[in-house]
Amino acid sequence: MKADFQLDAKGLSCPMPIVKTKKVMADLVDGQILEVSATDKGSKADIAAWAETVGHQYVGTLETEGVLKHYIRKCSNDRIEETMFDQTIDLELITSSEGLILDVREEAEFAFGHIAGAKSIPMGQLEARLSELDKEREIYVICRTGKRSDMAAQKLASHGFTRVFNVLPGMTSWKGDLTKNI
Amino acid sequence: MSIQKWNASQVAKKVINNEELFILDVRNADAFEDWKIDGRRFKYLNIPYFELLDGIEEILPKIPTNKEVLVVCAKEGSSLMIAEMLSDAGHDVAYLAGGMKSWSEYLEPIKVGDLTGGGELYQFVRLGKGCLSYMVISKGEAAVIDAVRFTEIFTSFAEQKNVEIKHVFDTHLHADHISGGRHIAESTGATYYLPPKDAEEVVFHYTPLVDGTTVQIGTTKIEVGALYSPGHTIGSTSFVVDSKFLLTGDILFIDSIGRPDLAGLAEDWVGDLRDTLYKRYRELSHELIVLPAHFMIIDELNEDGTVAKPLGVLFGQNHGLNVQDEEEFRRVVTDQLPPQPNAYQEIRKVNMGKIAPAPDEQTEMEIGPNRCAVR
Repeated sequence: MKADFQLDAKGLSCPMPIVKTKKVMADLVDGQILEVSATDKGSKADIAAWAETVGHQYVGTLETEGVLKHYIRKCSNDRIEETMFDQTIDLELITSSEGLILDVREEAEFAFGHIAGAKSIPMGQLEARLSELDKEREIYVICRTGKRSDMAAQKLASHGFTRVFNVLPGMTSWKGDLTKNI
Repeated sequence: MSIQKWNASQVAKKVINNEELFILDVRNADAFEDWKIDGRRFKYLNIPYFELLDGIEEILPKIPTNKEVLVVCAKEGSSLMIAEMLSDAGHDVAYLAGGMKSWSEYLEPIKVGDLTGGGELYQFVRLGKGCLSYMVISKGEAAVIDAVRFTEIFTSFAEQKNVEIKHVFDTHLHADHISGGRHIAESTGATYYLPPKDAEEVVFHYTPLVDGTTVQIGTTKIEVGALYSPGHTIGSTSFVVDSKFLLTGDILFIDSIGRPDLAGLAEDWVGDLRDTLYKRYRELSHELIVLPAHFMIIDELNEDGTVAKPLGVLFGQNHGLNVQDEEEFRRVVTDQLPPQPNAYQEIRKVNMGKIAPAPDEQTEMEIGPNRCAVR
Protein backbone atom coordinates (compact mmCIF):
# COMPACT_ATOMS: atom_id res chain seq x y z
CA MET A 1 0.00 0.00 0.00
CA LYS A 2 1.22 3.48 -0.87
CA ALA A 3 2.71 5.65 1.86
CA ASP A 4 4.85 8.79 1.78
CA PHE A 5 7.24 7.62 4.47
CA GLN A 6 8.17 4.30 6.01
CA LEU A 7 9.37 3.60 9.53
CA ASP A 8 10.83 0.25 10.50
CA ALA A 9 10.07 -0.45 14.16
CA LYS A 10 10.24 -4.23 13.87
CA GLY A 11 11.76 -6.00 16.86
CA LEU A 12 11.29 -2.96 19.07
CA SER A 13 9.13 -3.27 22.12
CA CYS A 14 6.95 -0.73 23.80
CA PRO A 15 7.44 2.25 24.18
CA MET A 16 9.91 2.50 21.28
CA PRO A 17 7.50 2.09 18.31
CA ILE A 18 5.49 5.10 19.52
CA VAL A 19 8.55 7.13 20.51
CA LYS A 20 9.99 6.67 17.00
CA THR A 21 6.65 7.26 15.26
CA LYS A 22 6.26 10.54 17.12
CA LYS A 23 9.72 11.67 15.97
CA VAL A 24 9.17 10.77 12.32
CA MET A 25 5.69 12.32 12.17
CA ALA A 26 7.24 15.66 13.09
CA ASP A 27 9.00 15.67 9.70
CA LEU A 28 5.92 14.94 7.58
CA VAL A 29 3.79 17.67 6.08
CA ASP A 30 0.06 17.78 6.52
CA GLY A 31 -1.83 15.08 4.69
CA GLN A 32 1.12 12.74 4.18
CA ILE A 33 0.91 9.12 5.20
CA LEU A 34 3.40 7.24 7.35
CA GLU A 35 3.66 3.46 7.32
CA VAL A 36 5.04 1.99 10.55
CA SER A 37 6.15 -1.65 10.51
CA ALA A 38 6.18 -3.20 13.97
CA THR A 39 6.18 -6.61 15.57
CA ASP A 40 4.99 -5.52 19.03
CA LYS A 41 1.32 -6.55 19.11
CA GLY A 42 0.48 -3.84 21.60
CA SER A 43 1.55 -1.17 19.11
CA LYS A 44 -1.79 -1.33 17.27
CA ALA A 45 -3.95 -0.10 20.14
CA ASP A 46 -1.26 2.33 21.27
CA ILE A 47 -0.69 3.93 17.85
CA ALA A 48 -4.42 4.37 17.31
CA ALA A 49 -4.88 5.92 20.76
CA TRP A 50 -1.77 8.08 20.45
CA ALA A 51 -2.87 9.38 17.02
CA GLU A 52 -6.25 10.32 18.42
CA THR A 53 -4.67 12.16 21.38
CA VAL A 54 -2.42 14.29 19.20
CA GLY A 55 -4.95 14.78 16.40
CA HIS A 56 -3.43 12.67 13.61
CA GLN A 57 -5.64 10.33 11.63
CA TYR A 58 -5.14 6.62 12.33
CA VAL A 59 -6.01 5.04 8.97
CA GLY A 60 -5.65 1.36 9.78
CA THR A 61 -3.38 -1.64 10.33
CA LEU A 62 -2.53 -4.58 8.08
CA GLU A 63 -1.07 -7.76 9.51
CA THR A 64 1.01 -10.14 7.43
CA GLU A 65 3.22 -12.90 8.77
CA GLY A 66 3.55 -11.42 12.21
CA VAL A 67 4.38 -7.91 10.99
CA LEU A 68 1.92 -5.13 11.68
CA LYS A 69 1.82 -2.23 9.25
CA HIS A 70 0.16 0.82 10.71
CA TYR A 71 -0.95 3.74 8.50
CA ILE A 72 -1.21 7.22 9.97
CA ARG A 73 -2.05 10.44 8.16
CA LYS A 74 -0.59 13.64 9.51
CA CYS A 75 -3.15 16.27 10.49
CA SER A 76 -1.22 18.75 12.58
CA ASN A 77 -3.27 21.87 11.79
CA ASP A 78 -6.62 20.34 11.07
CA ARG A 79 -8.42 23.62 11.64
CA ILE A 80 -12.00 23.88 10.59
CA GLU A 81 -12.14 25.89 7.40
CA GLU A 82 -15.12 27.33 5.61
CA THR A 83 -15.74 25.35 2.49
CA MET A 84 -15.68 27.52 -0.65
CA PHE A 85 -17.34 25.47 -3.35
CA ASP A 86 -21.03 26.24 -3.39
CA GLN A 87 -22.42 23.21 -5.26
CA THR A 88 -22.79 20.67 -2.49
CA ILE A 89 -24.74 17.47 -1.96
CA ASP A 90 -25.76 15.76 1.24
CA LEU A 91 -23.84 12.56 2.06
CA GLU A 92 -27.08 10.65 2.53
CA LEU A 93 -28.22 11.36 -1.04
CA ILE A 94 -25.22 10.28 -3.08
CA THR A 95 -25.79 6.54 -3.21
CA SER A 96 -29.34 7.01 -4.47
CA SER A 97 -28.18 9.42 -7.18
CA GLU A 98 -26.87 8.59 -10.63
CA GLY A 99 -23.47 10.27 -10.58
CA LEU A 100 -19.97 9.08 -9.90
CA ILE A 101 -18.63 9.10 -6.35
CA LEU A 102 -15.07 10.39 -6.58
CA ASP A 103 -13.03 9.68 -3.44
CA VAL A 104 -10.01 12.01 -3.24
CA ARG A 105 -8.49 10.63 -0.04
CA GLU A 106 -5.10 8.89 -0.06
CA GLU A 107 -4.89 5.32 -1.35
CA ALA A 108 -4.40 3.88 2.14
CA GLU A 109 -7.47 5.66 3.48
CA PHE A 110 -9.50 4.43 0.50
CA ALA A 111 -8.23 0.86 0.94
CA PHE A 112 -9.27 0.68 4.61
CA GLY A 113 -12.86 1.63 3.79
CA HIS A 114 -14.84 3.38 1.07
CA ILE A 115 -18.35 3.47 -0.35
CA ALA A 116 -18.98 0.64 -2.82
CA GLY A 117 -18.54 1.81 -6.42
CA ALA A 118 -16.54 4.90 -5.53
CA LYS A 119 -13.59 5.79 -7.76
CA SER A 120 -10.28 6.58 -6.10
CA ILE A 121 -8.11 9.47 -7.28
CA PRO A 122 -6.06 10.94 -4.45
CA MET A 123 -6.10 14.74 -4.34
CA GLY A 124 -2.44 14.96 -5.33
CA GLN A 125 -3.01 12.96 -8.54
CA LEU A 126 -6.21 14.68 -9.65
CA GLU A 127 -4.70 17.14 -12.09
CA ALA A 128 -2.83 14.40 -13.96
CA ARG A 129 -5.82 12.07 -14.14
CA LEU A 130 -8.61 14.41 -15.31
CA SER A 131 -8.96 12.42 -18.53
CA GLU A 132 -10.38 9.50 -16.53
CA LEU A 133 -13.45 11.58 -15.68
CA ASP A 134 -16.58 12.17 -17.76
CA LYS A 135 -17.65 15.84 -17.99
CA GLU A 136 -21.23 14.87 -18.89
CA ARG A 137 -21.82 12.87 -15.74
CA GLU A 138 -22.49 14.27 -12.26
CA ILE A 139 -19.48 13.88 -9.95
CA TYR A 140 -19.82 13.76 -6.16
CA VAL A 141 -16.43 14.51 -4.66
CA ILE A 142 -15.87 13.04 -1.22
CA CYS A 143 -13.03 12.97 1.33
CA ARG A 144 -12.84 12.45 5.08
CA THR A 145 -14.30 15.74 6.30
CA GLY A 146 -15.20 17.78 3.24
CA LYS A 147 -12.05 19.90 3.12
CA ARG A 148 -9.97 18.10 0.50
CA SER A 149 -13.08 17.42 -1.58
CA ASP A 150 -13.84 21.14 -1.53
CA MET A 151 -10.42 21.88 -3.05
CA ALA A 152 -10.83 19.02 -5.52
CA ALA A 153 -14.24 20.30 -6.61
CA GLN A 154 -12.75 23.78 -7.21
CA LYS A 155 -9.98 22.23 -9.25
CA LEU A 156 -12.46 20.25 -11.38
CA ALA A 157 -14.57 23.38 -11.93
CA SER A 158 -11.50 25.30 -13.07
CA HIS A 159 -10.97 22.62 -15.70
CA GLY A 160 -14.46 23.00 -17.10
CA PHE A 161 -16.36 20.40 -15.10
CA THR A 162 -19.77 21.89 -14.35
CA ARG A 163 -21.71 19.00 -12.87
CA VAL A 164 -19.49 18.75 -9.77
CA PHE A 165 -20.77 18.57 -6.18
CA ASN A 166 -18.86 18.55 -2.91
CA VAL A 167 -20.22 15.87 -0.55
CA LEU A 168 -20.90 17.12 2.98
CA PRO A 169 -20.17 15.87 5.53
CA GLY A 170 -17.40 13.44 4.55
CA MET A 171 -16.59 9.78 5.24
CA THR A 172 -16.31 10.36 9.00
CA SER A 173 -20.11 10.59 9.04
CA TRP A 174 -20.78 7.65 6.72
CA LYS A 175 -22.97 5.08 8.50
CA GLY A 176 -23.38 2.59 5.66
CA ASP A 177 -21.27 -0.39 4.64
CA LEU A 178 -17.59 0.06 3.87
CA THR A 179 -15.78 -1.75 1.08
CA LYS A 180 -12.15 -2.63 1.76
CA ASN A 181 -9.29 -3.37 -0.62
CA ILE A 182 -6.97 -5.08 1.84
CA MET B 1 16.06 9.67 43.14
CA SER B 2 16.00 5.90 43.17
CA ILE B 3 14.07 3.46 41.01
CA GLN B 4 13.14 0.03 42.33
CA LYS B 5 12.13 -2.96 40.28
CA TRP B 6 9.35 -4.91 41.93
CA ASN B 7 8.22 -8.34 40.87
CA ALA B 8 4.65 -9.59 40.93
CA SER B 9 5.10 -11.46 44.21
CA GLN B 10 6.03 -8.22 46.01
CA VAL B 11 2.87 -6.60 44.70
CA ALA B 12 0.85 -9.70 45.68
CA LYS B 13 2.04 -9.33 49.29
CA LYS B 14 0.80 -5.75 49.32
CA VAL B 15 -2.61 -6.83 48.02
CA ILE B 16 -2.91 -9.63 50.58
CA ASN B 17 -1.61 -7.53 53.50
CA ASN B 18 -3.92 -4.64 52.60
CA GLU B 19 -1.05 -2.20 52.32
CA GLU B 20 -1.30 1.22 50.74
CA LEU B 21 0.09 1.78 47.27
CA PHE B 22 -0.24 4.42 44.57
CA ILE B 23 -0.31 2.90 41.10
CA LEU B 24 0.48 5.02 38.06
CA ASP B 25 -0.87 2.86 35.24
CA VAL B 26 0.50 4.08 31.89
CA ARG B 27 -1.45 1.73 29.62
CA ASN B 28 -4.29 2.80 27.30
CA ALA B 29 -7.44 4.02 29.01
CA ASP B 30 -9.38 1.03 27.59
CA ALA B 31 -6.90 -1.48 28.98
CA PHE B 32 -6.98 0.15 32.40
CA GLU B 33 -10.76 0.34 32.39
CA ASP B 34 -10.94 -3.35 31.53
CA TRP B 35 -8.45 -4.66 34.05
CA LYS B 36 -6.04 -3.36 36.67
CA ILE B 37 -4.16 -4.45 39.80
CA ASP B 38 -6.80 -4.46 42.50
CA GLY B 39 -5.95 -3.69 46.11
CA ARG B 40 -8.32 -2.61 48.86
CA ARG B 41 -6.15 0.38 49.79
CA PHE B 42 -4.63 1.10 46.39
CA LYS B 43 -5.05 4.47 44.70
CA TYR B 44 -4.72 4.90 40.93
CA LEU B 45 -3.83 7.34 38.23
CA ASN B 46 -4.20 6.19 34.64
CA ILE B 47 -2.49 8.19 31.93
CA PRO B 48 -1.11 6.49 28.80
CA TYR B 49 2.68 6.68 28.44
CA PHE B 50 2.38 8.21 24.99
CA GLU B 51 0.74 11.28 26.49
CA LEU B 52 3.84 11.78 28.63
CA LEU B 53 6.49 11.59 25.91
CA ASP B 54 7.04 15.37 26.05
CA GLY B 55 7.32 15.40 29.82
CA ILE B 56 5.58 14.51 33.04
CA GLU B 57 5.23 18.00 34.51
CA GLU B 58 1.47 18.01 34.23
CA ILE B 59 1.04 14.89 36.35
CA LEU B 60 3.68 15.69 38.99
CA PRO B 61 1.19 17.40 41.34
CA LYS B 62 -0.86 14.18 41.33
CA ILE B 63 2.01 11.89 42.34
CA PRO B 64 2.09 11.47 46.13
CA THR B 65 5.36 11.82 48.01
CA ASN B 66 4.16 10.23 51.25
CA LYS B 67 3.40 6.74 49.95
CA GLU B 68 4.96 4.16 47.69
CA VAL B 69 4.46 4.69 43.96
CA LEU B 70 4.44 1.85 41.44
CA VAL B 71 4.45 2.50 37.69
CA VAL B 72 2.73 -0.23 35.66
CA CYS B 73 2.38 -0.89 31.94
CA ALA B 74 1.59 -3.85 29.71
CA LYS B 75 5.03 -5.45 29.56
CA GLU B 76 7.59 -3.27 31.32
CA GLY B 77 9.32 -0.91 28.87
CA SER B 78 6.99 2.07 29.16
CA SER B 79 6.75 1.87 32.93
CA LEU B 80 10.54 1.94 33.18
CA MET B 81 10.67 4.99 30.89
CA ILE B 82 8.09 6.87 32.96
CA ALA B 83 9.71 5.72 36.25
CA GLU B 84 12.99 7.22 35.02
CA MET B 85 11.27 10.50 34.22
CA LEU B 86 9.68 10.57 37.68
CA SER B 87 13.00 9.73 39.28
CA ASP B 88 14.67 12.58 37.39
CA ALA B 89 11.96 14.84 38.77
CA GLY B 90 12.92 13.83 42.30
CA HIS B 91 10.47 11.02 43.09
CA ASP B 92 11.24 7.63 44.62
CA VAL B 93 9.35 5.15 42.46
CA ALA B 94 9.13 1.49 41.56
CA TYR B 95 8.06 -0.21 38.34
CA LEU B 96 6.57 -3.65 37.83
CA ALA B 97 8.96 -6.17 36.27
CA GLY B 98 7.23 -7.85 33.34
CA GLY B 99 4.26 -5.48 33.59
CA MET B 100 0.64 -6.67 33.60
CA LYS B 101 1.75 -9.79 31.74
CA SER B 102 3.69 -11.01 34.76
CA TRP B 103 0.87 -9.88 37.05
CA SER B 104 -1.58 -11.97 35.04
CA GLU B 105 0.66 -15.01 35.40
CA TYR B 106 1.61 -14.79 39.06
CA LEU B 107 0.29 -17.44 41.48
CA GLU B 108 0.46 -17.23 45.27
CA PRO B 109 0.14 -20.61 47.01
CA ILE B 110 -1.73 -20.28 50.32
CA LYS B 111 -2.61 -23.09 52.73
CA VAL B 112 -6.37 -23.37 53.20
CA GLY B 113 -6.41 -26.04 55.87
CA ASP B 114 -5.25 -29.36 57.31
CA LEU B 115 -6.72 -32.69 56.31
CA THR B 116 -7.15 -35.97 58.16
CA GLY B 117 -3.88 -37.71 59.00
CA GLY B 118 -1.52 -34.83 58.29
CA GLY B 119 -2.73 -33.91 54.83
CA GLU B 120 -2.91 -30.35 53.55
CA LEU B 121 -4.99 -28.39 51.09
CA TYR B 122 -3.43 -25.48 49.19
CA GLN B 123 -5.14 -22.79 47.16
CA PHE B 124 -3.11 -21.18 44.36
CA VAL B 125 -4.39 -17.65 44.02
CA ARG B 126 -3.84 -16.05 40.62
CA LEU B 127 -4.49 -12.49 41.77
CA GLY B 128 -4.16 -10.88 38.35
CA LYS B 129 -6.73 -13.06 36.69
CA GLY B 130 -8.88 -14.20 39.60
CA CYS B 131 -8.22 -17.90 38.93
CA LEU B 132 -7.97 -20.34 41.83
CA SER B 133 -6.29 -23.75 41.56
CA TYR B 134 -5.93 -26.41 44.24
CA MET B 135 -3.53 -29.06 45.44
CA VAL B 136 -4.48 -31.80 47.90
CA ILE B 137 -1.43 -33.31 49.59
CA SER B 138 -1.24 -36.40 51.76
CA LYS B 139 1.49 -38.92 52.58
CA GLY B 140 3.65 -38.42 49.56
CA GLU B 141 0.85 -38.06 47.04
CA ALA B 142 -1.00 -35.14 45.54
CA ALA B 143 -4.02 -34.27 43.43
CA VAL B 144 -4.28 -31.05 41.44
CA ILE B 145 -7.61 -29.43 40.60
CA ASP B 146 -8.24 -26.71 37.99
CA ALA B 147 -4.56 -26.05 37.32
CA VAL B 148 -3.75 -22.93 35.29
CA ARG B 149 -1.30 -23.18 32.41
CA PHE B 150 1.87 -22.37 34.39
CA THR B 151 2.46 -26.02 35.13
CA GLU B 152 5.92 -25.63 36.55
CA ILE B 153 4.53 -23.84 39.59
CA PHE B 154 2.56 -26.98 40.48
CA THR B 155 5.26 -29.50 39.68
CA SER B 156 7.94 -27.61 41.58
CA PHE B 157 5.59 -27.06 44.52
CA ALA B 158 4.98 -30.82 44.59
CA GLU B 159 8.72 -31.43 44.50
CA GLN B 160 9.28 -29.00 47.32
CA LYS B 161 6.61 -30.79 49.38
CA ASN B 162 8.11 -34.12 48.38
CA VAL B 163 4.87 -35.48 46.93
CA GLU B 164 4.02 -37.17 43.66
CA ILE B 165 1.13 -35.80 41.61
CA LYS B 166 -1.15 -38.80 40.98
CA HIS B 167 -4.43 -37.25 39.89
CA VAL B 168 -5.22 -34.13 37.89
CA PHE B 169 -8.79 -32.85 37.56
CA ASP B 170 -10.58 -30.10 35.71
CA THR B 171 -14.02 -29.36 37.14
CA HIS B 172 -15.15 -28.37 33.64
CA LEU B 173 -13.87 -27.29 30.24
CA HIS B 174 -12.62 -23.78 31.04
CA ALA B 175 -13.46 -20.82 28.80
CA ASP B 176 -11.63 -17.99 30.54
CA HIS B 177 -8.16 -19.46 30.99
CA ILE B 178 -6.01 -22.16 29.50
CA SER B 179 -5.84 -25.30 31.61
CA GLY B 180 -2.49 -26.75 32.62
CA GLY B 181 -4.10 -30.02 33.70
CA ARG B 182 -3.33 -32.17 30.68
CA HIS B 183 0.32 -31.07 30.58
CA ILE B 184 0.86 -31.71 34.28
CA ALA B 185 -0.60 -35.19 33.83
CA GLU B 186 1.62 -35.85 30.81
CA SER B 187 4.79 -34.75 32.56
CA THR B 188 4.14 -36.56 35.84
CA GLY B 189 2.34 -39.68 34.60
CA ALA B 190 -0.73 -38.73 36.61
CA THR B 191 -4.27 -39.56 35.52
CA TYR B 192 -6.11 -36.65 33.88
CA TYR B 193 -9.86 -36.47 34.46
CA LEU B 194 -12.45 -34.39 32.63
CA PRO B 195 -16.26 -34.49 32.75
CA PRO B 196 -17.22 -36.40 29.56
CA LYS B 197 -20.21 -34.14 28.85
CA ASP B 198 -17.80 -31.21 28.45
CA ALA B 199 -15.28 -33.29 26.54
CA GLU B 200 -17.23 -34.38 23.47
CA GLU B 201 -14.90 -32.47 21.18
CA VAL B 202 -11.56 -33.05 22.92
CA VAL B 203 -8.89 -34.68 20.81
CA PHE B 204 -6.75 -36.29 23.53
CA HIS B 205 -7.17 -39.18 25.93
CA TYR B 206 -8.72 -38.50 29.34
CA THR B 207 -10.34 -40.42 32.15
CA PRO B 208 -14.06 -39.66 32.56
CA LEU B 209 -14.96 -37.74 35.68
CA VAL B 210 -18.51 -38.65 36.64
CA ASP B 211 -20.80 -38.31 39.63
CA GLY B 212 -19.43 -40.55 42.37
CA THR B 213 -15.86 -40.82 41.01
CA THR B 214 -13.68 -41.12 44.11
CA VAL B 215 -9.92 -41.15 44.51
CA GLN B 216 -7.84 -41.56 47.61
CA ILE B 217 -4.76 -39.44 48.13
CA GLY B 218 -1.92 -41.03 50.11
CA THR B 219 -2.24 -43.90 52.51
CA THR B 220 -4.58 -42.21 54.91
CA LYS B 221 -8.07 -41.94 53.67
CA ILE B 222 -8.49 -38.56 52.08
CA GLU B 223 -11.26 -38.81 49.64
CA VAL B 224 -11.77 -36.53 46.72
CA GLY B 225 -15.32 -37.26 45.63
CA ALA B 226 -16.98 -35.93 42.51
CA LEU B 227 -20.48 -34.45 42.56
CA TYR B 228 -22.18 -33.76 39.24
CA SER B 229 -23.25 -30.11 39.36
CA PRO B 230 -24.10 -28.79 35.86
CA GLY B 231 -25.07 -25.24 34.97
CA HIS B 232 -21.96 -23.27 34.06
CA THR B 233 -21.28 -26.02 31.57
CA ILE B 234 -23.25 -29.23 31.09
CA GLY B 235 -20.40 -31.30 32.56
CA SER B 236 -19.47 -29.08 35.53
CA THR B 237 -18.51 -31.23 38.48
CA SER B 238 -17.77 -30.30 42.11
CA PHE B 239 -15.54 -32.09 44.59
CA VAL B 240 -15.92 -32.86 48.26
CA VAL B 241 -12.47 -33.19 49.82
CA ASP B 242 -12.06 -35.01 53.13
CA SER B 243 -15.71 -34.27 54.00
CA LYS B 244 -14.59 -30.74 54.84
CA PHE B 245 -14.20 -28.77 51.65
CA LEU B 246 -16.47 -28.24 48.64
CA LEU B 247 -14.63 -27.31 45.46
CA THR B 248 -17.34 -25.68 43.36
CA GLY B 249 -15.48 -24.93 40.13
CA ASP B 250 -17.30 -22.16 38.25
CA ILE B 251 -20.74 -22.98 39.63
CA LEU B 252 -20.70 -21.09 42.91
CA PHE B 253 -18.39 -18.25 43.92
CA ILE B 254 -18.21 -16.28 47.15
CA ASP B 255 -20.14 -13.24 46.00
CA SER B 256 -21.70 -14.50 42.76
CA ILE B 257 -22.69 -17.57 40.77
CA GLY B 258 -21.53 -19.11 37.50
CA ARG B 259 -22.83 -17.84 34.18
CA PRO B 260 -24.43 -20.43 31.92
CA ASP B 261 -23.65 -18.97 28.51
CA LEU B 262 -19.96 -19.47 27.74
CA ALA B 263 -20.53 -22.66 25.79
CA GLY B 264 -23.40 -20.93 24.02
CA LEU B 265 -26.35 -22.53 25.78
CA ALA B 266 -27.56 -20.13 28.46
CA GLU B 267 -31.25 -20.87 27.95
CA ASP B 268 -30.75 -24.63 28.10
CA TRP B 269 -28.51 -24.72 31.13
CA VAL B 270 -30.16 -22.22 33.37
CA GLY B 271 -32.41 -25.00 34.72
CA ASP B 272 -29.38 -27.16 35.51
CA LEU B 273 -27.74 -24.23 37.28
CA ARG B 274 -30.88 -23.68 39.32
CA ASP B 275 -31.06 -27.38 40.27
CA THR B 276 -27.42 -27.49 41.32
CA LEU B 277 -27.56 -24.36 43.46
CA TYR B 278 -31.06 -24.76 44.90
CA LYS B 279 -31.31 -28.58 45.22
CA ARG B 280 -28.02 -30.53 45.03
CA TYR B 281 -25.97 -28.10 47.11
CA ARG B 282 -28.77 -27.70 49.69
CA GLU B 283 -28.51 -31.42 50.47
CA LEU B 284 -24.85 -31.10 51.44
CA SER B 285 -23.52 -30.25 54.89
CA HIS B 286 -23.68 -26.51 55.44
CA GLU B 287 -20.38 -26.79 57.31
CA LEU B 288 -18.46 -27.52 54.10
CA ILE B 289 -15.98 -24.78 53.19
CA VAL B 290 -16.67 -23.55 49.66
CA LEU B 291 -13.55 -23.22 47.49
CA PRO B 292 -14.39 -21.79 44.06
CA ALA B 293 -12.29 -21.74 40.90
CA HIS B 294 -12.47 -17.94 40.67
CA PHE B 295 -12.91 -14.73 42.51
CA MET B 296 -14.17 -11.59 40.81
CA ILE B 297 -13.41 -8.75 43.21
CA ILE B 298 -10.75 -8.24 45.83
CA ASP B 299 -13.37 -8.08 48.60
CA GLU B 300 -13.87 -11.82 48.18
CA LEU B 301 -10.42 -12.45 49.67
CA ASN B 302 -10.20 -13.41 53.35
CA GLU B 303 -7.64 -11.72 55.59
CA ASP B 304 -5.04 -14.39 54.89
CA GLY B 305 -5.54 -14.01 51.14
CA THR B 306 -7.55 -17.21 50.68
CA VAL B 307 -10.93 -17.31 48.96
CA ALA B 308 -13.13 -19.58 51.09
CA LYS B 309 -16.38 -19.43 53.04
CA PRO B 310 -18.70 -21.97 54.67
CA LEU B 311 -21.55 -23.12 52.43
CA GLY B 312 -24.07 -22.19 55.14
CA VAL B 313 -22.81 -18.60 55.17
CA LEU B 314 -23.15 -18.36 51.39
CA PHE B 315 -26.73 -19.63 51.56
CA GLY B 316 -27.40 -16.54 53.68
CA GLN B 317 -25.24 -13.97 51.89
CA ASN B 318 -24.75 -14.86 48.24
CA HIS B 319 -27.33 -13.02 46.16
CA GLY B 320 -27.34 -15.78 43.53
CA LEU B 321 -28.48 -18.32 46.13
CA ASN B 322 -31.32 -16.12 47.29
CA VAL B 323 -33.49 -15.58 44.24
CA GLN B 324 -36.60 -17.51 45.26
CA ASP B 325 -38.58 -17.03 42.08
CA GLU B 326 -37.45 -19.33 39.25
CA GLU B 327 -38.44 -16.92 36.49
CA GLU B 328 -36.53 -14.08 38.10
CA PHE B 329 -33.52 -16.38 38.47
CA ARG B 330 -33.72 -17.16 34.77
CA ARG B 331 -33.76 -13.45 33.97
CA VAL B 332 -30.83 -12.69 36.29
CA VAL B 333 -28.55 -15.31 34.75
CA THR B 334 -29.49 -14.79 31.11
CA ASP B 335 -30.43 -11.12 30.70
CA GLN B 336 -27.75 -9.14 32.45
CA LEU B 337 -24.63 -11.06 31.56
CA PRO B 338 -21.34 -9.19 31.60
CA PRO B 339 -19.18 -9.16 28.43
CA GLN B 340 -17.69 -12.55 27.64
CA PRO B 341 -14.04 -13.19 28.60
CA ASN B 342 -11.36 -12.26 26.11
CA ALA B 343 -10.92 -14.88 23.35
CA TYR B 344 -13.11 -17.39 25.20
CA GLN B 345 -13.93 -19.43 22.12
CA GLU B 346 -10.26 -19.86 21.22
CA ILE B 347 -9.45 -20.69 24.84
CA ARG B 348 -12.05 -23.47 24.77
CA LYS B 349 -10.42 -24.84 21.60
CA VAL B 350 -7.01 -24.87 23.28
CA ASN B 351 -8.50 -26.72 26.23
CA MET B 352 -10.00 -29.27 23.83
CA GLY B 353 -6.56 -29.81 22.32
CA LYS B 354 -7.77 -28.57 18.90
CA ILE B 355 -5.28 -25.71 18.64
CA ALA B 356 -1.89 -25.21 20.29
CA PRO B 357 -0.89 -21.55 20.11
CA ALA B 358 2.61 -20.33 21.02
CA PRO B 359 3.13 -19.19 24.63
CA ASP B 360 2.97 -15.47 23.82
CA GLU B 361 -0.29 -15.98 21.92
CA GLN B 362 -1.64 -17.81 24.96
CA THR B 363 -0.68 -14.80 27.06
CA GLU B 364 -2.60 -12.49 24.71
CA MET B 365 -5.64 -14.75 24.84
CA GLU B 366 -5.73 -14.69 28.62
CA ILE B 367 -5.30 -10.93 29.02
CA GLY B 368 -8.06 -9.26 30.99
CA PRO B 369 -10.50 -10.22 33.73
CA ASN B 370 -12.08 -13.69 33.87
CA ARG B 371 -15.79 -12.75 33.80
CA CYS B 372 -17.14 -16.20 34.58
CA ALA B 373 -19.72 -15.00 37.01
CA VAL B 374 -23.07 -13.31 37.08
CA ARG B 375 -23.98 -11.27 40.13
